[in-house]
Amino acid sequence: MLVSRNGRADSLSLEGRVVAPAQGIDEALRITVTDGVISAIEPGAAAGLVVSPAFVDPHVHLRTPGREDEETLRSGTEAAAAGGYCTILAMPNTDPVVDSASVLGALVERAREEAAIPTGFMAAISKGQRGEELTEMVELAGAGAAAFTDDGKPVVSAGLMRRALQYGTLARLPLALHCEEPSLSRGGHAHEGAVSAELGLGPYPSAAESVMVERDCALAELERRPIHLMHLSARESVEALERAREAGVPVTAEVTPHHLVLTDEAVRSLDPNVKMNPPLRSEEDRSALLDALRRGAITCIATDHAPHARHEKDVPFEDAPFGVTGLETAFSALYTRLVLPGELPLETLLERMSSGPARAFGLDEPRVEVGARANLVVLDLDAEWEVTESGFRSLSANSWLLGETLRSRVVRTVADGRVVFQA
Amino acid sequence: MSELRVPEPPRRHLLAIGDLERVDVERILETARALAASLDREVKKLPTLRGRTVVHLFYESSTRTLASFELAAKRLSADTMSLRSSGSSVDKGESLKDTALTLAAYDPDVIVVRHPSIGAPQLVARVTGAHVVNAGDGKHQHPTQALLDLYAMQEALGRLEGVHVAVVGDVLHSRVARSLVEALRLVGAHATLVGPPTLLPRGIETLGCEVSTDIAAIAHADVVYALRMQAERMAPGEAFVPSLREYTALYGITPERVRPGQVVMHPGPMNRGVEIDPRVADSDVALVTDQVRAGLVVRMAVLYDLLVAQPTIRDAVPAPNEPMEVA
Repeated sequence: MLVSRNGRADSLSLEGRVVAPAQGIDEALRITVTDGVISAIEPGAAAGLVVSPAFVDPHVHLRTPGREDEETLRSGTEAAAAGGYCTILAMPNTDPVVDSASVLGALVERAREEAAIPTGFMAAISKGQRGEELTEMVELAGAGAAAFTDDGKPVVSAGLMRRALQYGTLARLPLALHCEEPSLSRGGHAHEGAVSAELGLGPYPSAAESVMVERDCALAELERRPIHLMHLSARESVEALERAREAGVPVTAEVTPHHLVLTDEAVRSLDPNVKMNPPLRSEEDRSALLDALRRGAITCIATDHAPHARHEKDVPFEDAPFGVTGLETAFSALYTRLVLPGELPLETLLERMSSGPARAFGLDEPRVEVGARANLVVLDLDAEWEVTESGFRSLSANSWLLGETLRSRVVRTVADGRVVFQA
Repeated sequence: MSELRVPEPPRRHLLAIGDLERVDVERILETARALAASLDREVKKLPTLRGRTVVHLFYESSTRTLASFELAAKRLSADTMSLRSSGSSVDKGESLKDTALTLAAYDPDVIVVRHPSIGAPQLVARVTGAHVVNAGDGKHQHPTQALLDLYAMQEALGRLEGVHVAVVGDVLHSRVARSLVEALRLVGAHATLVGPPTLLPRGIETLGCEVSTDIAAIAHADVVYALRMQAERMAPGEAFVPSLREYTALYGITPERVRPGQVVMHPGPMNRGVEIDPRVADSDVALVTDQVRAGLVVRMAVLYDLLVAQPTIRDAVPAPNEPMEVA
């Protein structure tokens, strides 16, 4: 279930180079929206703008309830709207954890007042995300959970993971998995390799992720149940994913903008805004992730938008919490760093930010089609802007892009038939 | 009367050996030798840093490093102040940033920082205008230790170029080892890291050193450098070697393992009978007290270099035949 605040559907027309890879469209068109629904698609002028199905982010931390100083449903969804998103899915690792129908119900109610765009709330796989007992998945599904995850923590017990796959069939919702073997990642602050060795940072080896990916793919195969792998970071994980897919296991995966653009070389700055879990890895890993994204083994780009209060990041690197923001910079960062240098086609980027994640989570795909609800983003690919702390709608500014100049900008977002962002 | 406008030189810090080039290391060592000569005089105090303030901000227990830095500043006539984490507002939960800002309000010229977390000196450098000297940040760097080790080696061997140093023990947790390997490479010397596989960080060879798990590898070295084996690395569930006993049997620096002509170094404090045999520690080949003495003059030289040498100002003064910009 997706929830947003009430409002009237808009009528408008959008003109530009329409790029809708899932519909096979790439031409100059004018799209007319009447009462929130696409009513006409006619030849138009390119006008220096690109119009595309709006984005879907399956991995956002809205920090509500518990840390409303870092993000609220209102600020987080407004940030998403400014980033071109028409739908986001929020993680349940809040305080309290979203592990009961009452916590979920309160969130849904609040989202009806505050959420600028349709928002889904994931519920925890295990009570308190402690990895000991399953949550009441059926009741949570009935209360509107969008999917299940213990994100932030792995499901350490293989036995409990298997139970979740088995019992989860009753809830008919996707399972999204944070793959980390804690006995291998313990004390880890950076990818195990030359950079962590030289800086003395506790090593977080690729195997800490990939052995869990292997385990979860094996369990998914055993139970013949779909799984979604979150924020993959390592080449070995990509290889395990591809082996499982070739064996017919229904597994989807996501990758973040920062893992597609940065490597652990960035950690030499000891800037807490390049510290995240999983960590930035080597160039070999980055290129394996990018290659998997291009080929469609990875079908989703997810921001893992993780707001942190300024004072929590204004500490020595080793003491800083994991996580960076991303909703307002994802498209521009990837366009600037990957599309412009020719590493990723624009169509692939647009598809992996929209249809890919929607399909992985069983959501309606944003589409350019007469009769469809309008979920559209307008992009000015020639715009240039500097990422500054004061420019964010998010309440937090722990971005790895602060001070960078990016090319391309979201100028308008239409979500569920309503204009939710206008530059 | 016109004034020569000299651009404000960039504040320089000593956060990591990587901040230095070979000429910087050589200049600091040369300054240290000049200062050492002054210490032979009856009155040991120099007026060089009169009116300057050096603050020592120590978040980790330390005897020798703090004493050495304090004495170095005092011998140069600087005003000094030391803040330890216990018994200060740090005990009340004040963040490093706020403590640094509070100290910065007194306009210190230098802040010397020791902290258990990697990146702490960088944070202090970011939020204050003082020159920052890293006196050890977690497992990352301890640059003045590496400089004093170079000084002691040069005194003992008469050269640094081509010197081969075997660094033995817990490299994984050692900021001393990381700084030393980089410093050795800067001056044309090189290192072999020796220890059990669990205590040799994966990827460390990219620093430009050899790596071996066999103690026999120390035979080719001019210097055997033993690292402290920290008891907390043996905590249940976190043990990197099965026992200290087995560690000592495999990697302890015993008289039998020291070849004639080699010298032995240790950053202190030593665990006698663990990483170093007391017979070696007390012998003439051990440079441990030379290292401590070197620490004083090298730290004096580092303070001098940051506050007095200022090569950037000299570089900024136009040559006589060039037009001067006047204010």
